[in-house]
Amino acid sequence: MAMSREEIFEEVKEVLIDALGLDDDEVTEEATLMGDLGAESIDFLDIVFRLEKSFGIKIPREELFPADSLLSNPEFVSNGKLTDKGLKEFMAKMPHSDFSSFQEDPDVNKLPDMFTVRSVVNFVDIKLNNAE
Amino acid sequence: MRWIWIDKFLEFNSGKNAVALKNVTLAEEHLHDHFPGFEIMPECLMIEAMAQTAGILVGEARDFQEKVILAKIKKAAFYQYVRPGDTITLHADIESITSEAASTTGKILRGEQIVAEISLMFSHIDNNLAGKKFPEENFVFTDMFNSLLTDFAGKKGSEKIK
Repeated sequence: MAMSREEIFEEVKEVLIDALGLDDDEVTEEATLMGDLGAESIDFLDIVFRLEKSFGIKIPREELFPADSLLSNPEFVSNGKLTDKGLKEFMAKMPHSDFSSFQEDPDVNKLPDMFTVRSVVNFVDIKLNNAE
Repeated sequence: MRWIWIDKFLEFNSGKNAVALKNVTLAEEHLHDHFPGFEIMPECLMIEAMAQTAGILVGEARDFQEKVILAKIKKAAFYQYVRPGDTITLHADIESITSEAASTTGKILRGEQIVAEISLMFSHIDNNLAGKKFPEENFVFTDMFNSLLTDFAGKKGSEKIK
């Protein structure tokens, strides 16, 4: 089942509208899930469940939203910023997110901004293509 | 004391689905105020009844080892009033369940008629909230639920709770 990026985006958009109670025009590729769309921690699980159902894929929660466990590791975080090692770890774990601007100032408080609608679309895209 | 909003289970299929029954009666004092002269079961209590039906289903699926807390009401739509004298059945299905959480879908019926549709999410709180510590004992599933389950999960079910 080959799905184009647009088709994936449309499906992800539907998932987010249902999970977060949004209006159509709120979901853009740039929107951040927490900042712009108001997602809270339980919503991430809801989104994962809904994506699994919509796309027929299995998503270990840590794969799509890995932040929790990594942030509690002192090797990865120091003084509220990601260490070089931490940054590498995040980039390796989240190939679906764009770290280019985050790299300049790896403040952990900005990590939630890494979870954008685009990163979810990328994630599903990678998942579906690898499965083929 | 816990306020239990279901009277008994009619079906209980571990990890899959459950059906519970509730008889609504004028002996429930809150109905006299909700509303005087036109008593209806409050919709928030229908959500609670569904949360108990689905919550016990989710808890039993993991042998009552998890503290199962209602975390999100994904959908709650109400189509009919529920009045004293009505018998309603609460039908809950597990949609997804993982070590951290579960999502359920559900319907409330009166006879064949759909009264409400309620979909919920539950959190297994020991595995969430960034490792926050909760009391060792399972304060969610107490002995009060034993009698509800004895007929179905059988004796096994009540032993699990203890």
